[in-house]
Amino acid sequence: MIFDRRSLLRFGAFGLGAATAGCDRVDASPRGQDALGFGDWLTYRTQRLLLGNSLAQEFPESAISPHFRPNGSVDPKDPDYVALAKNKFVDWRLKVGGLVEKPLALSLADIRALPARTQITRHDCVEGWSCIGKWTGTQLSHVLDAAGVKKEARFVLFHCADSMDMNSLDSTNASDSQKAASSGGGANSSRYYETIDFVDARHPQTILAYEMNDATLTIPYGAPLRLRVERQLGYKMPKYLMGIELIRDYANIRGGHGGYWEDQGYDWFAGT
Amino acid sequence: MKSDARRFYRHATVVRATHWINALCLVFLLMSGLNIFNARPDLYLGSRSSFHHPVLSIGADDSGANPKGVTTILGHKFTTTGVLGVSGEGDERAFPAWSTIPSDYDLATARRWHFLFAWIFVLNGLLYLTFSVTSGHLRRDLVPKRAEFAKIGPTFLDHLRLHFPHGEEAKRYNVMQMISYLIVGFVLLPIMVLAGWSMSPGVDSLAHFLPQLFGGRQSARTIHFAIAWLLVLFTIVHLLMVLISGVWNNVRSMITGRYDLGEERPS
Repeated sequence: MIFDRRSLLRFGAFGLGAATAGCDRVDASPRGQDALGFGDWLTYRTQRLLLGNSLAQEFPESAISPHFRPNGSVDPKDPDYVALAKNKFVDWRLKVGGLVEKPLALSLADIRALPARTQITRHDCVEGWSCIGKWTGTQLSHVLDAAGVKKEARFVLFHCADSMDMNSLDSTNASDSQKAASSGGGANSSRYYETIDFVDARHPQTILAYEMNDATLTIPYGAPLRLRVERQLGYKMPKYLMGIELIRDYANIRGGHGGYWEDQGYDWFAGT
Repeated sequence: MKSDARRFYRHATVVRATHWINALCLVFLLMSGLNIFNARPDLYLGSRSSFHHPVLSIGADDSGANPKGVTTILGHKFTTTGVLGVSGEGDERAFPAWSTIPSDYDLATARRWHFLFAWIFVLNGLLYLTFSVTSGHLRRDLVPKRAEFAKIGPTFLDHLRLHFPHGEEAKRYNVMQMISYLIVGFVLLPIMVLAGWSMSPGVDSLAHFLPQLFGGRQSARTIHFAIAWLLVLFTIVHLLMVLISGVWNNVRSMITGRYDLGEERPS
């Protein structure tokens, strides 16, 4: 009997090892990744079905994090961005184009003149941590309406100023300096970008924020303008916005997965 | 030859099927969960992360010649090199490669494994709970009768002496089984799901009370982690009991449903 148990344990240990090796093989293949992505698709459909226009919880002032952890790019080194920042973003314009009736180029003053919304919300990073901050900006829907969205548009694409392979990331990414060293010119292809659907784009809490905690948005947090999409994780909220483009499909854009992190394997829908 | 009369049909098909699907899901959920944990190997309390005061932290100390694995629980530091913090060939990672899916640190892929099996786990769990309530499995087999409650002391002592029921008595779960299965199936696993949902900003927008139930999203994450280890503990004890109370008889009864009651013995 002892022998039986021992061989059973051995079999169990072997099984565990084989299982992990098997998993590594499954998720290394594109087909395996597609199969794994079924859960994400199911989550997207279910949340869209059940959530409607539900509002993310808004917190009292007392809940604001004393230190809000900046993440991703915190100080873009892209020359065009550096030049804009040097001039306090006076020359910065948010370009709104693509499938719109009237392309726009909005200055910060133009955006501040639109109706404002302030919200104190919890920011959840895909890594697992949360911070609470106060954001002021204008609802994205105001900008979309001003430009006049064409019927065939299905997604909103955000262009950003920060190139991910040359900018300092937060300290958890150990390979920063190597990446920065290896990046040469023409780094446009690693610029951050994101896409969202119209349920989120038209959500009342989806704002283009220019203030954080009652002060003008600073560079680590995405100056001069960043997106807030409160029912999704942090990577869906691009910083350093340069342009908004209305598109039919994101399959032909960059890696084809609808965002910088999505092209690295992260789920397009980040509601969980 | 054992007579067929001794083979008692103990587990319904739904119970057997959901048991194995559940076991498979828990293995995948645990191992992919540990990979996800590795992305931020700190646990906090409340709604927001208080980065300087984690209740638990698994990290590496690089000050010496070789990196040291350090696990900090409520401010108490433990050296855990080899398993936690630093493992393999000096890899700095909270949980070691052999315990995670995928084995390499890969948050994006780990999340895909985790959520795919989370869906299977939840649907399977709903099937089990619905069956248990509607078929009478819960009332008949899992909720201890008053007389059985009274026997909890002797049953506990029998377990310690590795005496397990035979004959007529083995047709039912004993009172300790009932209590542990009730706690796991009807308390811990449902809390696990709720705590998991609390971490979803989407779900939270529909149910603000959900994270609050746990004291905030970060508390929910901590509780999710703690319950994972309670489930590991349960599984270890459960497997131990299966091994010492007749492994093949138990495994067969969970596959075919038939349990050999053995000789009637005076207790």
